[in-house]
Amino acid sequence: MATTERSAYRQMEDSITMDARLERFGTVDGGEHELLTVNLGPHHPATHGVLRLLVTLQGEVVIDLRPIIGYVHTGIEKTAEQKSYWKAIPVVERMDYLAYMFNATAYCGAVESLLDLEVPKRGQYLRVIHMELNRIMSHLVWLGTSALDLGAMSMFWFCFRERERILDLFEQSTGQRMHTRYIQVGGVMEDIPRGFEEKLREFIAIMPKRVGQYRDMLYKNEIALQRLKGICPLDEESLLALGVTGPLLRAAGNPWDLRKADPYCSYEDFDFKIPVGTEGDNWDRLAVRLAEMEQSVRIIEQALDGLPEGPHITEDRKIALPPRHELGTSMEALIHHFKLVTEGFRVPPGEHYYPIESPRGELGCFVRADGSSKPARVHMRDPSFVNLQATAPMTRGTYIADLIATLAMLDPVLGGIDR
Amino acid sequence: MDVIRSKPGVFPGIVEAPSQQDLKIEQRRARDFLKGDLAGQELEEYVESRLLTTTLSKAGAWAASNALFPATFGLACCAIEMMSIVASRVDIARFGFEAFRASPRQADIMILSGRVSIKMAPVVRRVYDQMLEPKWAIAMGACSSSMGVFNNYAIVPADKFMPVDIHVPGCPPRPEALAHGILKLRKMIQDDPDLGWRARYDAEKTAELMPGYELSEELTTPPSEPYVLDEPVAATPTEGEGA
Repeated sequence: MATTERSAYRQMEDSITMDARLERFGTVDGGEHELLTVNLGPHHPATHGVLRLLVTLQGEVVIDLRPIIGYVHTGIEKTAEQKSYWKAIPVVERMDYLAYMFNATAYCGAVESLLDLEVPKRGQYLRVIHMELNRIMSHLVWLGTSALDLGAMSMFWFCFRERERILDLFEQSTGQRMHTRYIQVGGVMEDIPRGFEEKLREFIAIMPKRVGQYRDMLYKNEIALQRLKGICPLDEESLLALGVTGPLLRAAGNPWDLRKADPYCSYEDFDFKIPVGTEGDNWDRLAVRLAEMEQSVRIIEQALDGLPEGPHITEDRKIALPPRHELGTSMEALIHHFKLVTEGFRVPPGEHYYPIESPRGELGCFVRADGSSKPARVHMRDPSFVNLQATAPMTRGTYIADLIATLAMLDPVLGGIDR
Repeated sequence: MDVIRSKPGVFPGIVEAPSQQDLKIEQRRARDFLKGDLAGQELEEYVESRLLTTTLSKAGAWAASNALFPATFGLACCAIEMMSIVASRVDIARFGFEAFRASPRQADIMILSGRVSIKMAPVVRRVYDQMLEPKWAIAMGACSSSMGVFNNYAIVPADKFMPVDIHVPGCPPRPEALAHGILKLRKMIQDDPDLGWRARYDAEKTAELMPGYELSEELTTPPSEPYVLDEPVAATPTEGEGA
């Protein structure tokens, strides 16, 4: 190991010791109690991915906690720089793998702002429908796996049953279950197919009842109440100081939601409420997300009712591919198609930050353009990454079992954190 | 914690089950015996015992293939689809595959569900080494098979650092695709467990020993005269076999 020169990063990694961190905390109770440092992960069934935590314990009480990340670092931001703008969408989608529609929308929104491109109303509404479906799906996966962490197996079956319905809808409209690449620069890839609306209406009719079923299963469950109520609260000021957004902040009573605060994709057209909590404990984090699922159903219903006629993607042939049937008859269309597929479109120099509300909080995409057909820099402000900072303040002084429950309620997605 | 890796060698005090190669050797021996060294009742008894061993190993493979315990090991996007094979639509419990084990010691199959980064690869290999033989691995998705859409500095395909029995294509694969891969693996285990993967990837007998266990020299040194399959076998039955 010592023969090769180690990079500064590897040396820093070596500095992570497994020793009890006595030097920082001193001895407890005059040396009567010993501190113990426990390693959790990166392979641990309850960390929702490959998160590694170094937990300093005194008995069963968490004294301090240090998250170590980077175990699914994929180099997506760098890879996006080597692809033309529209070919970077598939890799950007794979960052936060439970919110692929949101990743793509944030990225495409940034590029559209740089291009000064207007998305047709129908495209915006279709984006909203798919994003809200994705939000419900993400919350369902969160609910199922979090309930598993608390020891409830049956929640998982119910949540994944509804998730399959949503993925069937995605498959119908986009052809893929996950990582659909549905959101395009300038709109969406394709219009919704025949039969999609009926299936979606079936789903939105059934989903509020299902949320009610989840409530029935959890709200009167003694174990869930004991494990979540009053556990690991964090007040609004601390959360804001840490930059935490999304359901965690809303659980503490701050109604900050970018869909209302800074509407994008025509969210101002829809009537919906922002669920907020009062205590900011694990129970509120659960309740807020359950209520958000219902609100998402409301948004989908309104978007479906008011779905405007018109093109689903911009008519600008320099940006969007021409329809397939034009290629056989129009020379112009063929040239545009060739230029887009080989080189891609060029974006005028500039930089833009485009924030949207993902299931986990503010998901912002920063794109810097240098005038070529490839982005000079793509950076994501991922909510999971920022929210993870709140783990230590939340869990200091609680039991290690509550740490697992809190981590579940935090809903970190490691693909988004490490990118 | 220091971990002693022993290779080749066996755990002290544990009698190894006969491997497939040993069985082949014994069958060859039995064939040689048929050349006239054994006759009558003895021959019949001998062949019967050999037949019983092979049948037992087949029965063992059948049982093992229908009760695989996967390790709970989620990496990225594919982990979500891996979870959904347990859910009600695909319901992998039909094939005895639903008991996900949190400890690698209790698991006998690892599903590499997602992208393996260079930082994660040693951890994956270590978890794989901690699993007890017999063990299998499925590389799920494009990333762990071929680095997928990323194909950059950060990702490493699973074949580079561990033996993989089945590759399931897709990004991510549908749950049905993974179920198909599992059924393929089931068939593979039932037919012939050893395809030479482990020997090629240097992965045989790499199970970790806890500190404090010391291996005797006799166990750690390879046998001086290895049995070569291609050479004709001398028909000299040992004393125990009573020829």
